[in-house]
Amino acid sequence: MKGRDLLADGGLAGLRREFKGERGDLIPVLQRVQEVHGYLYPDAIRGVARWLKISENEIFGVATFYAQFRFHPPGRHHLRVCLGTACHVRGGEQILLTAEQRLGVGTGETTADGEYDLDRVACLGCCALAPVVAVDEKVHAQMSVLKIQRILDGHKSS
Amino acid sequence: MGTRALDERRKKAVLSWTDLQNSPVPVLFIGAASCGLAAGAAEVEEAAARYLEKNRIEARIIRVGCIGPCYLEPLLDIQMPGQPRISYSNVRPSDVPLIMESFFEKKEVAKSRLAGHFGEADFNGVPRFFDMPMLKPQVRIVLRNCGLIDPDDLDHYLARDGYLGLEKCLAMPWADVLETVKKSGLRGRGGAGFPTWRKWLTCRETPSDQRYLICNADEGDPGAFMNRSLIEGDPHAVLEGMLIAAYTIGASQGYVYIRAEYPLAIKRLKKAIGQMREAGLLGPDILGSGFSFDIRIKEGAGAFVCGEETALIASIEGKRGMPRTRPPFPAVSGLHGRPTIINNVETLGTLPHILRRGPEWYAGLGTETSKGTKTFSLVGKVRRTGLIEVPLGITLREVVFDIGGGTLKPFKAVQTGGPSGGCLSEEFLDTPIDYEHLAAAGSIMGSGGLIVVDSDTCIVDTAKYFLGFTQKESCGKCVPCRVGTRHMVKLLDKICDGKGELADLEKLEKLGRTIKNGSLCALGGTAPNPALTSLKYFRPEFIAHVKDKRCPAVVCKSLVNYRVIAGKCTGCQRCVSVCPTGAITGPRSEPHNLDRSKCIKCRSCYEICRFDAIAGDAIVIES
Repeated sequence: MKGRDLLADGGLAGLRREFKGERGDLIPVLQRVQEVHGYLYPDAIRGVARWLKISENEIFGVATFYAQFRFHPPGRHHLRVCLGTACHVRGGEQILLTAEQRLGVGTGETTADGEYDLDRVACLGCCALAPVVAVDEKVHAQMSVLKIQRILDGHKSS
Repeated sequence: MGTRALDERRKKAVLSWTDLQNSPVPVLFIGAASCGLAAGAAEVEEAAARYLEKNRIEARIIRVGCIGPCYLEPLLDIQMPGQPRISYSNVRPSDVPLIMESFFEKKEVAKSRLAGHFGEADFNGVPRFFDMPMLKPQVRIVLRNCGLIDPDDLDHYLARDGYLGLEKCLAMPWADVLETVKKSGLRGRGGAGFPTWRKWLTCRETPSDQRYLICNADEGDPGAFMNRSLIEGDPHAVLEGMLIAAYTIGASQGYVYIRAEYPLAIKRLKKAIGQMREAGLLGPDILGSGFSFDIRIKEGAGAFVCGEETALIASIEGKRGMPRTRPPFPAVSGLHGRPTIINNVETLGTLPHILRRGPEWYAGLGTETSKGTKTFSLVGKVRRTGLIEVPLGITLREVVFDIGGGTLKPFKAVQTGGPSGGCLSEEFLDTPIDYEHLAAAGSIMGSGGLIVVDSDTCIVDTAKYFLGFTQKESCGKCVPCRVGTRHMVKLLDKICDGKGELADLEKLEKLGRTIKNGSLCALGGTAPNPALTSLKYFRPEFIAHVKDKRCPAVVCKSLVNYRVIAGKCTGCQRCVSVCPTGAITGPRSEPHNLDRSKCIKCRSCYEICRFDAIAGDAIVIES
C-alpha cells in the first residue's frame, strides 16, 4: 500500500485542507483516495461517509455507477485494453482475450501473484493508432495478438 | 492586469515568436500529444537530445501538440537557422542520428522520412507540409495552433492573436456578443447542433443570483479524440472561449468536466489555468472590465452517459450520473438549480476566432444551415488516419478518399456519430456532411468520430459492438433503454453465433423503434441507430449470417474456421510454437495439421504465419 492511510487522523487532515467537505466533493474525494490507495477499501468508504455525512449505501451507489472506481486491491501493473470503436474494428477484442488467457484472469481481476490487473477501457483517445493497450501510463500502439504476448512476457522476465 | 498590459505582453510575445521563427540556434519540434507519445515520441526526443549532447550542439527542443496526421507519427521537425521548419514522419529513435547528421554535419536537408516544410515559399524542392493530400483540402480554424505552438506557453498563444477575441468581447455589451454569435450561425459541436446563441439567451434571460458555464470535455464516444487533441494542443483557445461564453451569459463560475482517461489534457489545462490567473485573465475584474470568472476542473469518473447535460450536472453535484426529464432545461435550472450552460470543447474553441475575425467571415464557410468548420477524427480502416478540420458541406467521399486516401480493402461503410450514429453505405458517399443531411440518412453528425470500415469488417459485429457499448453504459433509469438494449444485444449475439432466424431481424427493428420512442434521454433515444441503419443499408450481410450461417467479412468467430494450406506451408513450426492449445501439430518441413476441435480461433498462428513465418499466408481464416 502506497502512502499512509488517507482517512486516518493525519491523512484526513490533509483531505480536509484539500476539500471543503461539500456534497459535490464526493467524487473528487473518492478519486483522491483511489489515487493514493489504489482502490476504495471498506474503511475508506466508512471514513468518507462519516466525514461528508452521507450514508455508506449512497457512497457505494455513486462509486459503483462509475467505471473508474475499484473495490479490490490493484496489481503492481495496470493493464488496460482499449475497446473503442477504432480498436474494435482493428481487432481489440482479440487482444483482450489474449491478455485474459495469458494472465489467467478475467477482465476486472488481478493475477494471483499480484503482478497485473486487467481492465477494458472505453477509449484511450489514440484511435488513429488502433488497436492500443496501456500498461500503467504508457500507451502501446498498433497492437497485435503476438505483440501483446511479447509485452506481457517481457514484463514477467524483467 | 488591464487590456493595455496584456497588449504590451502580446507585443513582446510576437517579438519572441518571430525570434523563434528566425532562431539563431536550431530548434527541434516534437509532436508530443497522447497519440504521438503512444507512437514513441518520447523515445525520439530522447534520441535527439542524446545526439545534441554527444555532439555538443546548442539547440532548443519544443514539445508541441498534434498537427493531425496521426498515421505519420512520431513527427520530428527540425528548423535550422535561416531555413523553414522541416518535418520528418514515422521517425524511429534509430533514424534520429541519421537525420540529424545530415543537417549538422553534411549541412543538407535529410531525405529519408521527409514529410514537408512549413515555409511559405519553395524550399530546395522539399514539398510543403500543408500541401500533403491529407492536409490540403482542410480549413484549419479551430486547429490552427495545434502542432505549431508550445501548448504550455501562454506567450505562443498570445503571439498568434490569442485573447484578442476576448478583448473585443469585453468591449461590447453582452447582447452584442450574443448577436455576433447568432450571426455567425454557430451550432453546438457536441452532437445535437442546437444554435449556441439560443441556449445562451435562455440562460441569460432567466433571473438568478448565480449562473454557471460548463465546458463538456467528457468526450465519451469511443473512436473520437477531437477534444483531447484540441485541449492538448491549444488549451488556451478553449479557455478563452469559456471566458467569452461566461461573459455573455453572465456566469461567474465555470467548470471543465473532463474524462480522467485524458491525463495529459488535464495537465495542460491546469497549467494554462494557472497562467491565466497570473496574467489577470481569470479571477476578479478580468482585464479591468469588471467581469469576474473562475474555472474549476472536475474529472469525470468514467460514465458515457455523463456526456448528457443533466447527467453531467448530477455528476458534478457528486451523485450518480443519471439524466432527468427535461424541461426544465439546464439553461433555466441546472447545476445547484441555477441557470447553466454546457458547451462542447470545440464550440468554445471556435468562439475566439468568431469574435476576432467577425461573424460574416465565419458564416461564409459551410452550408446554408450548417456554418463554419468541424473537426473529425478519421479512423478505422482508412489509409491516412488522424484529426482533420473541414468546412461543413464537404462530402463523405472527399473526406474518406481525398483526405483519408481510401481504404486498403474495398470500402464498405462509414460510421458517423459514434454509438448514437449510423453506419452509412457506399451510396451515401456523396452526401454532404452537415446536420440535416446526416440526419436524413438516419445517422447524426455527433461530436465528430468518423470510423471507416472495409470489406474485412463485419457489419453485424459492428452493430453488436455499439449496442453492447450503449447497453453497458445505460444508466438503468428507464426501462426501454435498460431492458431494450439488452435484448437487442442478445439478438445480435444470436445472429453472430449463427443461430439467428429471419424473424430476429424484424424483432430488432421493432425493438429499436420502441427504444427510440420510449427512452428518457438521448443515450437511449439514439442507441438503436447503429443497428437500425445497418439493417437498412446492409441487410444482405445480416441475411448471410441468418440463412447461410456465413460471415462474409470472416469476423464472427462461430462462423469462421482456420485452415492450413498444405501446398503453401513449409512446416517451419512457428505456428506450432505460438498455438496456446496445441491445435497445430506436424513435424518440421512438412505441412502442419490443424485440429479444429482444439482451435480457439485466437489468431496467433494466423499472425505469425503472415508476418514471421517462411511461407507467409499459409494459414487462412474462412467462412
